[in-house]
Amino acid sequence: MESNCVIQLKNISKIFPGKVVANKNVNLSVYKNEILALLGENGSGKTTLMNIISGIYYPDEGQILIDGKDAVIKSPKDAFKYKIGMIHQHFKLVETFTAIENIILGVKKDGFKDVDSENSPKKRKKAAAMITELAEKYGFNIDLKKKIYDMSVSEKQTVEIIKVLYRGADILILDEPTAVLTPQETEKLFVILRKMREDGKAIIIITHKLNEVMEISDKVAIMRKGEYITTVKTCETNEKQLTELMVGKKVELKIDRPKTDFDRPLLEIRDIVIDKDDGSRAIDDVSFYIRGGEILGVAGIAGCGQKELCEAIAGLRPIKSGLIMHKGENLIGLPPKVIIEKGVSMSFIPEDRLGMGLAPSFSITDNMIIKNYSDGKGPFVDRKSARARANALIQKLEIVTPSSETPVRRLSGGNVQKVLVGREIEAGPNVIITAYPVRGLDINSSYVIYDILNEQKKKGTGILFIGEDLDVMLALCDKIMVLCHGKNMGVVHAEKTTKEVLGLMMTGSLDLTEEKKDKNYGIAKDSNLTEEEWKKKMEGESNGDD
Amino acid sequence: METIKTVKEPLFHVIKRGDLSLTRQILVRVIAILSGLLLGSIICWIVYKTSPFVFIYYLIKGNFNPFDNFLELIKRSMLLLMIGLALIPPFTMKFWNLGGNGQILMGGLATIICMKYLGGVMPDGVVWILMLLFSMAIGAIWAVIPAVFKAFFKTNETLFTLMMNYIAAGIMLYAIKIISGKNTTGTIGIVKTANLPELGHPAVLVALIAIIVTIFITLYMKYSKHGYEVALVGDSRNTAKYSGINVKVVIIRTLVLSGAICGLAGFLLAGSVNHTLVTEETMAKSGFTAFTAIIAVWIAHNNPLATIGVSFGIMFLNNGMEYARTNLNITEEAIPSMIIGLIYLVVIACEFFITYKLKFNGKKTSRKANTAEMLKEDK
Repeated sequence: MESNCVIQLKNISKIFPGKVVANKNVNLSVYKNEILALLGENGSGKTTLMNIISGIYYPDEGQILIDGKDAVIKSPKDAFKYKIGMIHQHFKLVETFTAIENIILGVKKDGFKDVDSENSPKKRKKAAAMITELAEKYGFNIDLKKKIYDMSVSEKQTVEIIKVLYRGADILILDEPTAVLTPQETEKLFVILRKMREDGKAIIIITHKLNEVMEISDKVAIMRKGEYITTVKTCETNEKQLTELMVGKKVELKIDRPKTDFDRPLLEIRDIVIDKDDGSRAIDDVSFYIRGGEILGVAGIAGCGQKELCEAIAGLRPIKSGLIMHKGENLIGLPPKVIIEKGVSMSFIPEDRLGMGLAPSFSITDNMIIKNYSDGKGPFVDRKSARARANALIQKLEIVTPSSETPVRRLSGGNVQKVLVGREIEAGPNVIITAYPVRGLDINSSYVIYDILNEQKKKGTGILFIGEDLDVMLALCDKIMVLCHGKNMGVVHAEKTTKEVLGLMMTGSLDLTEEKKDKNYGIAKDSNLTEEEWKKKMEGESNGDD
Repeated sequence: METIKTVKEPLFHVIKRGDLSLTRQILVRVIAILSGLLLGSIICWIVYKTSPFVFIYYLIKGNFNPFDNFLELIKRSMLLLMIGLALIPPFTMKFWNLGGNGQILMGGLATIICMKYLGGVMPDGVVWILMLLFSMAIGAIWAVIPAVFKAFFKTNETLFTLMMNYIAAGIMLYAIKIISGKNTTGTIGIVKTANLPELGHPAVLVALIAIIVTIFITLYMKYSKHGYEVALVGDSRNTAKYSGINVKVVIIRTLVLSGAICGLAGFLLAGSVNHTLVTEETMAKSGFTAFTAIIAVWIAHNNPLATIGVSFGIMFLNNGMEYARTNLNITEEAIPSMIIGLIYLVVIACEFFITYKLKFNGKKTSRKANTAEMLKEDK
């Protein structure tokens, strides 16, 4: 047993500025031929722990044993020396390089005499042969000459994995690898991971998705608030027990889908065409509508136009053609401020969580008033009431922060999101457009967000929910619209569909709009506008343009 | 159970500090300034064979004795402060306005034109008001041109504002030629009409206006809605757009303000201090240009109140060094500027110790003690 143990952590502690204890006396063992899932809520210290193993942070206390020997890992380079490779949540690849250039980047033989030989054709050929061998062994599918910027997320991830394998990693750490993948791609990844396990590698995988934990792992290590709780065998546990261990108390794992009796269409999108920044088409002739008291999910692989759609509705991006009708009024051409005042709220959580909607170096208080700082008379900003609102929000959503004056960039990801989503809902909108509101959030925080959304739904708010976890969308949304390359693949009732169908629609293999051609697709029967009005409006628009 | 060999740990590693209390931050900076001065006097001692503390002695004497020297220090540091204040809003917005010099020069030009051609024609009071308005307006125009290009065409503001300095310098040469007319000395001399009131010493008027501007900028940046917009645009342009702010308007408005304050500095330089056209040379001679103000604002972390202290410190060093040079008969300029540069360097380098700390690793067993100590310290 002892000989199979590749990494053993003893009493590892790490304290961040401001007395934030990220890890406290963590003991953890990782064995060969084993997939270990690391489970914990946001801010429970999983990523910190993995960063310590991969040399990004240095522990304040404790000991790391690798193959039973004491090891000091003070840089990622050291980590590679000990055959540890980490695949980060945000890929660290050079966009303009090809796959093979990225893979062999930085791999040097001893000293500097070999510096540029890594780029010599001979070495490159050798490397290519090695990579092909690796790819065959584990079943990767990769085009080595393709540039990174041409790649899909899944392909980029493959490059990252091959990169660490090429460097001879025996211990692989994957930080939320499935967060950005479609169900089919996830399945493919799991096949590869299992092959690696058979080959004697030790794999640590961080994920929030319990069903994936159950599917892929051999053991589950659970962390809570920086402390290591226990390790359980996957075959001897279930999702409920894991959640309880993780949260520390009993929780109800059920997403509600309350029925409401509001049914007027609130927001109607008709024949909308939107371009991306580079001029290519983002959304191509899409029509749909949201009723009050309804959650409409939008599914699609990353980059299929969700972001542009959100921005267009919020008035941040000009549209090429089409109409956005809100309570019978066209929103197109209105400045963002007016759209906010009409009660259309948009919150988009980008991958870095801070890009849109929050100012990272502003305090929570100052972030509370981003949309309404100009309310009230006089030239000065009213921070007093903002502070009260910030404190109320901190209490209501249990935001972990030293004070309401802490800059949001110092908060952990989950808390940042609570600030954003909480603020949007506090403003009392009648349409909420929310993209990835639970991106990277743990179970408990996610459920808080779902509850908030459902609460709004019951009040008659129309919600457009752009998500990535299909299981959640199937449970939470009333209807789901699937986008593929900017085209609408159809709207399905969440109760009557399956993950597989959605997966097929997301990749464009199934197009439901083709099947219902006669049905005037995406236009509500009891639309705010009659057909005549709609046509008149279109004529008016085109006349106006000429 | 195997026996475990311990491996040697690195000597120290760098870790980020929490928020250092204000008093300790000030303490670190004071230590940095003192060690910078010490370093300066050691170099003086080695290079000029003076006694080690003569440098520090001259530094202090040059600034306080006679009292006129102190008034000069106040005047210069208040002018530097004012230029710094002009740069705070654009810098907070991450708009790098390097065109302060040009904006000051143009403000000075407007002032001198008013003094020369309207002085004596109209009552002084009216001329003063016109001088003030024109200098601020032309300064604002000089700053707003690059801002408009930045807002609408996304041109790079650093290069653009820098180039505007050269244009201003060129215009100044031309203006000297026109104003001096047939007078071939190539200068316009001292303009004697419509000089600004002295109130005892030019330092008084300058200090009064600088204090007003300081209060204004502090309130503007910290509490006003405009200041909030400026900070938001600087922090995250996407978020600013998302909140419904018209980013273009904010950029242009902020640069109007910045340019106007620079113009105001030009107004004071021309109307009250020099009584003649301001050029980059005359500014450099008095120890500062808009580029010095950039350093001041940078060290002060865009904080208007901290800029007061930093401007004062910079001019203190500069004036003291000038005095030391005269008294030590140092003719060359390289080593004195090098000493001043070194002192800056030490002061700026101390920021590292405010943000980070080195943690020395003892034996394995002492790590625990380290952690406990850290927790205690952070309280």
